[in-house]
Amino acid sequence: MTGSAHRLIYPLVGFCVIVILWQGYVEFAHVSKIVLPSPADILQVSWQRSDLLLRETVPTTLESLYGFALAVVIGIPLAVCVVNSRILNLALYPILIATQSVPKVAIAPIILVWFGLGMQSKLAIAFLVAFFPIVVDTATGLQATPAGLMELARSLKASRWQTFWKVQFPAALPFIFSGAKVAVTLAVIGAVIGEFVGSVNGLGNLLLSANSQLDGPLAWAALVWLSVLGIVLFLAVVLAERLLMPWAPAAHH
Amino acid sequence: MEQSNQPPGRRQPDAAPTFGHFRNVRQQFRLSAHTNFVAIEDISFDLKAGSFVSLLGPSGCGKTTFLKIAGGLIRASSGVIQINGHDVTEPHADFGMAFQQPNLMPWRTVLKNVLFPMELRGDTGAGVRRRARDLLKLVGLEGFEDYYPAQLSGGMQQRVALCRALVHEPKLLLMDEPFGALDELTRMEMQDLLLDIRAKTSATIMFVTHSIAEAVYLSDVVVVFSKRPAVIADYIDVSLAYPRSAEIRYSAEFTELEHRAGRALGITQ
Repeated sequence: MTGSAHRLIYPLVGFCVIVILWQGYVEFAHVSKIVLPSPADILQVSWQRSDLLLRETVPTTLESLYGFALAVVIGIPLAVCVVNSRILNLALYPILIATQSVPKVAIAPIILVWFGLGMQSKLAIAFLVAFFPIVVDTATGLQATPAGLMELARSLKASRWQTFWKVQFPAALPFIFSGAKVAVTLAVIGAVIGEFVGSVNGLGNLLLSANSQLDGPLAWAALVWLSVLGIVLFLAVVLAERLLMPWAPAAHH
Repeated sequence: MEQSNQPPGRRQPDAAPTFGHFRNVRQQFRLSAHTNFVAIEDISFDLKAGSFVSLLGPSGCGKTTFLKIAGGLIRASSGVIQINGHDVTEPHADFGMAFQQPNLMPWRTVLKNVLFPMELRGDTGAGVRRRARDLLKLVGLEGFEDYYPAQLSGGMQQRVALCRALVHEPKLLLMDEPFGALDELTRMEMQDLLLDIRAKTSATIMFVTHSIAEAVYLSDVVVVFSKRPAVIADYIDVSLAYPRSAEIRYSAEFTELEHRAGRALGITQ
């Protein structure tokens, strides 16, 4: 209990110290709101314009979530295929690695040409960035089944199907979830990249327009809401992990 | 007939039928085009039905390899390997295996780990569940059915693994240094537990160990393997009566058997 209390108290104290220093610096050095608004300003705007912020959060959340979900739905089966088929492994894995070396920001404009200004283009970029960690971690996990468990399955004459579903896949779950945790935060980044390149709404769009109107506090408020969105989605994956893997000791982040 | 093999207080009758038959078993692995690595030179012995046979030998002598050959997990390079009158070419449903590591699945509860072999056969009815619970009770794990392996000590995990090896009522139980990773006291406790279980089943047991005392304490027969490449250094009939308890370890007969095994291993003169 004290352990988990410490894990909560220390970051909170650290956070408060930084916020207080920030507030003090902005007030005493008379920094312009356009350059760096104070935490109090950001909080005030976050509250006063919460209707606007909430409205813009919805599309960004959906883009991230759909992109992430698509990455899971396509990434996990693809990893299964790559691990189980030597031909697919040889044919697909190098391509996967190669596509990963392409900067996602660089293909965002092309994606935009393909899918337009709406939700699809953001979803596609979120998918592209979230996809890779899911495939790689799932494939790694499926190949990292403890040798003892594989030998046990063999000694009991488990079929290939049984070995996969009852041994390899559950053994890979911790890897899959660590990939999913990385992927979900990347998905938010992907959605924002998409909104930066071209969009009609979303927190990324709001951030850009507030910036161009020299509305520092609103731009920062959008940034704060984006961070909160990332944290909430990350925690949702952690919660899913706890629910689906009740046997695992609580991980330390 | 099999039921009467192990009445407490009596040694297994020498007239028991042959259950396992090993002749000139040889195992070599190809390291490169020109070099072969001979793990097992030539091993021949018979396994009597219902007997407890230990394979004793130095580390890396090929005894585990031999156990896996007998269990059908490895194909021997040459030789005759028969269990129950049939050539062994792959694992058999009548075999049960316990390994040096418990090899429990962390995502399954204790009961579900024990039921795993039956689940693979699609048979987890009420009778099977009762049998699993009875086994857990027998090894002193009643009340732990819904725990996860991570919540158990090493000794308790190994007990679960033992139940899992027994749940499908195997005719041949193959054990690969199952107590090797346990501390000495837990190990002795597990040895007595294994003898208890043994008295209640009709399974033939093949047990790999590098502990002389463990081999002598548990077995009807100790097959001593030489250093690699393995041949049989000695075949020791253990004449100690069952049930055995810790006191027997201090008897002259026990010490003499230990000496004999030690001489076969080249440890004592």
